[in-house]
Amino acid sequence: MATILKSEAGKGIALSAPASLYVGLLVAAPLGILVAYSFWTQTYVEIDRTFTWANYSEAVNDPLVRHLLIRSIAIAGAVTFATVALAYPIAYFIAFRTQKKALWLLLITIPFWSSYLLRVFSWKLILGFNGVMNSALISIGVIQEPLTFLLYNEFAVVLTLAHAWAPFAILPIYVSLQKIDRSLLEAATDLGCNRLERFIRVTLPLTVPGIIASCLIIFIPTVGDYVTPALVGGSQGKMVANLIQVQFGAANNWPLGATLSLMAMVSVGIVAILFVLLATGLGRRIR
Amino acid sequence: MTAVARIPWLLIYATAYLIFLYLPVLLLPLFSFNDGTIVAFPIKGFTLKWYAQLGEQETLLNAMVNSLIVGSVTALAATSLGLFAARAYVRYRFAGRELSEGLVMLPLVIPGIIVASSMLVLFISIGLKPSLTTVILGHTFVALPFAVSIMKSAFDDFDQSLEEAAYDLGETVVGTFRRVTLPIVAPGIVSSLLVTFTVSFDEFVLAFFLSGNQPTLPVYIWSQIRFPAKLPNTLALGSLLLMSSVILLLIAEYFRRRSTKSTS
Repeated sequence: MATILKSEAGKGIALSAPASLYVGLLVAAPLGILVAYSFWTQTYVEIDRTFTWANYSEAVNDPLVRHLLIRSIAIAGAVTFATVALAYPIAYFIAFRTQKKALWLLLITIPFWSSYLLRVFSWKLILGFNGVMNSALISIGVIQEPLTFLLYNEFAVVLTLAHAWAPFAILPIYVSLQKIDRSLLEAATDLGCNRLERFIRVTLPLTVPGIIASCLIIFIPTVGDYVTPALVGGSQGKMVANLIQVQFGAANNWPLGATLSLMAMVSVGIVAILFVLLATGLGRRIR
Repeated sequence: MTAVARIPWLLIYATAYLIFLYLPVLLLPLFSFNDGTIVAFPIKGFTLKWYAQLGEQETLLNAMVNSLIVGSVTALAATSLGLFAARAYVRYRFAGRELSEGLVMLPLVIPGIIVASSMLVLFISIGLKPSLTTVILGHTFVALPFAVSIMKSAFDDFDQSLEEAAYDLGETVVGTFRRVTLPIVAPGIVSSLLVTFTVSFDEFVLAFFLSGNQPTLPVYIWSQIRFPAKLPNTLALGSLLLMSSVILLLIAEYFRRRSTKSTS
């Protein structure tokens, strides 16, 4: 042991071992047990440990599960698109159009240093029937009756999540814009590109890695988001995480909950891999 | 360009976007001082009574104590693990370094509901009842990536020759770490403690699954959101929480910047 610890590599392994073991164990062990549970059955308070595919066939054949999974992926996709599309101009602005980069980056991150739960709760108050938005619009005379399409639907979920994930889109895109060699842009101008062509053929392709990174950072956790659909989604906006929580809570069917968790994870993985393949292919195409 | 001044579209857009970002964060404090029970315009009048009532609620104070315990232990645990791991990543070259660096970042990208449900199943299976302990174990897991990346940037700017000088002057490994390395990366450690504390303090989903009958503050708030009569108190509590997170993290940011400045 003592001689191992004297070598450089040994010291590195010994120092990093506690952290990687901790994470490794808390990823592997829960997943392993989750997989085991997904093949068991709940009989009232007991768990029946005979191997069965029943949970999977129940989940696959249940139209509600399929519907919620597809909706979760669709909503997460919409959130990802909206967040990145709204964030790109900001990242561009900070990278190219302002001298006060540090100040802008700080201003953009400050709101996200506050509790996620409270920010979602705040959106619920803003969008509600008798909420801030409606009462403000009525008191300045824009509308007579409260708008009803603001809260408890997919729109509210997408808006709230697009707000929640904003810095995770802005920062990676900003970094990739910042890395662009400015002489490439000058070269494009010298070779006769107008500003739009220059953006589409030089700037945009060079930021594809940043766009892919922010899409993944947003898409993966969003599919499994629980708080936002629960608070602002209403019945139209429920997502798969809400169903999973019910299995571990009120319905008390842990094996089915485990199955749903695993199915959600696998679907996210598949969609993410397809997306990366597609986006890298497209990035090369434009160039 | 023509002589006519170009309209700074991007600046206008950026300002509008900033309003969008700050709207929900500023709204809670604004209405927490409103002398009315519904959250809508027009604002009725200024009052501090919603804040004053908070001190009388025992379940809230219990939840607050729970959150402080969980946050402090999580901050210490995640920062210690992160400190050593970051030191290894920056200073030493060893087999499996990149794998390990990737692994400790994994908690950032696993959906919360999956971490929460799988940990609940694990802890129950090994006979660990949901309690503050299980919340701490979960929070240390999700806070670790933050600790590692903050400590990595603190060590990145650390000048190796200072340690070599200490060895040459006869300090032991432990003595060098304590008297040379630690003081220099101390701002990074403070920053990591504050950030991981806040991550834990604000975390909801894991605590919701793992806290059993010992709710943390976010779990307590969740239970109050359902009652319209409690709304003004929830707003006051929420505003306090929002402000404390922002202040803690601004202090953390100050220390993080100091740690990168002091050594470069």
